Amino acid sequence: MKMLELHGVTKVYGDGAAEVHALRGVDLSVKAGAMVAVMGPSGSGKSTLLTIAGSLEEPTSGDVVVGGNPLSRMSRSAKARLRRRTVGYVFQDFNLLPGLTAAENVALPLELDGTSAKAARAAGLRALEGLGLSERASQFPDQLSGGERQRVAIARAVVGDRRLLLADEPSGALDSVNAEEVMRLLHEACKRGVAAVVVTHDAQLASWADRVVFLRDGLIVDQTAPPAGPESLLMPGQAQ
Amino acid sequence: MSVRHALLALLSEGPKYGLQLREEFEARTGEVWPLNVGQVYTTLQRLERDGLVESGDTEATGPQKGFQITEAGEQELAGWLRTPPDLASPPRDELVMKVLVAVRLPGTDVHEVIQVHRRYLVELMQQWTRIKEEEAEFDLGLALVVDAELFRLDAVIRWLDAADGRLKRAATEPPRQVPAALPRLRRRVGVHR
Repeated sequence: MKMLELHGVTKVYGDGAAEVHALRGVDLSVKAGAMVAVMGPSGSGKSTLLTIAGSLEEPTSGDVVVGGNPLSRMSRSAKARLRRRTVGYVFQDFNLLPGLTAAENVALPLELDGTSAKAARAAGLRALEGLGLSERASQFPDQLSGGERQRVAIARAVVGDRRLLLADEPSGALDSVNAEEVMRLLHEACKRGVAAVVVTHDAQLASWADRVVFLRDGLIVDQTAPPAGPESLLMPGQAQ
Repeated sequence: MSVRHALLALLSEGPKYGLQLREEFEARTGEVWPLNVGQVYTTLQRLERDGLVESGDTEATGPQKGFQITEAGEQELAGWLRTPPDLASPPRDELVMKVLVAVRLPGTDVHEVIQVHRRYLVELMQQWTRIKEEEAEFDLGLALVVDAELFRLDAVIRWLDAADGRLKRAATEPPRQVPAALPRLRRRVGVHR
């Protein structure tokens, strides 16, 4: 099932001489359970693509379909509900609320959506437990390491029944071991049926994805072929 | 990859047979570098000739023949571990050559050439990452080899990205005058034109 579809999406900022074409007709489709990475240099339109896919921003033209529902036909409140219930966001700088504990941060989206505080807290603790953080649940963000903070952010992005994960440079300033852990967790979420789009300029992060699309000047110019089995790398050759 | 020194390293743990050496070599390099048994015996013969290993039983042949490291072998191994590989002068990298040719060749879209290579490298990295995800967690040797491959391929992609950006910028800027001191600097870093 297609969880996210972008059809001919364009985005133009400014007008006249100051007009900037951030996206120039992007088509993209992500199935449930798949991770797609979007690679491209700074200014290629990666982050714009992600904010439009998550209905945080409107496209200038074209359409975005999430879980079979075209956003263009949804009311503002329906889109807000979709953002609260279906879409999880992971940002480079974590965006955790400093005055809330790890568990409260994770439970917050559910509480905002009307779930009772008790049920939200239980779901939050389950999500933290799934990411190996149950012992850190009552700590505040400034008491956690960078890697732990990003894991809390991932728990918040997957809590409840979220089916679309959107991540913008999710390993940010983490070292390579923690960055790998972040990608491993996102990929595990995909194996459980979540669709994910990860935008990054980092090939090591992108290589976790099932498919990598290359964005250049607001257009998808290329994409990787379906992955060959790893055994193709381990064909008998000769050490020199 | 120095098979010679890898065998010395294995023998520094104690005497071993040829077949055993092959199996242990492959296991510790995550089975990424297969080694045929003929290569093991040829290397062992040379090591013996150079006095770096000795065979325990001079009568036995083939798989029955055991080897042990000599004191000279131990010294050779310690020296090799601390000798940096030759990274000082730029290698003649085929990919660098292709991009340099693409820049000069009329009618060639160098950005398209760069993207072909970038895509291929990312596909290779995806395969290595699958190995890391599925197997390397249980095998430290494999995890180290996979990391080395991923960082190496990543470095090539970063170079392609930098080249892409540099060429894009150069296309919009007028060429600059070459300073007089440049040829001397080039010789010093080993760049030959």
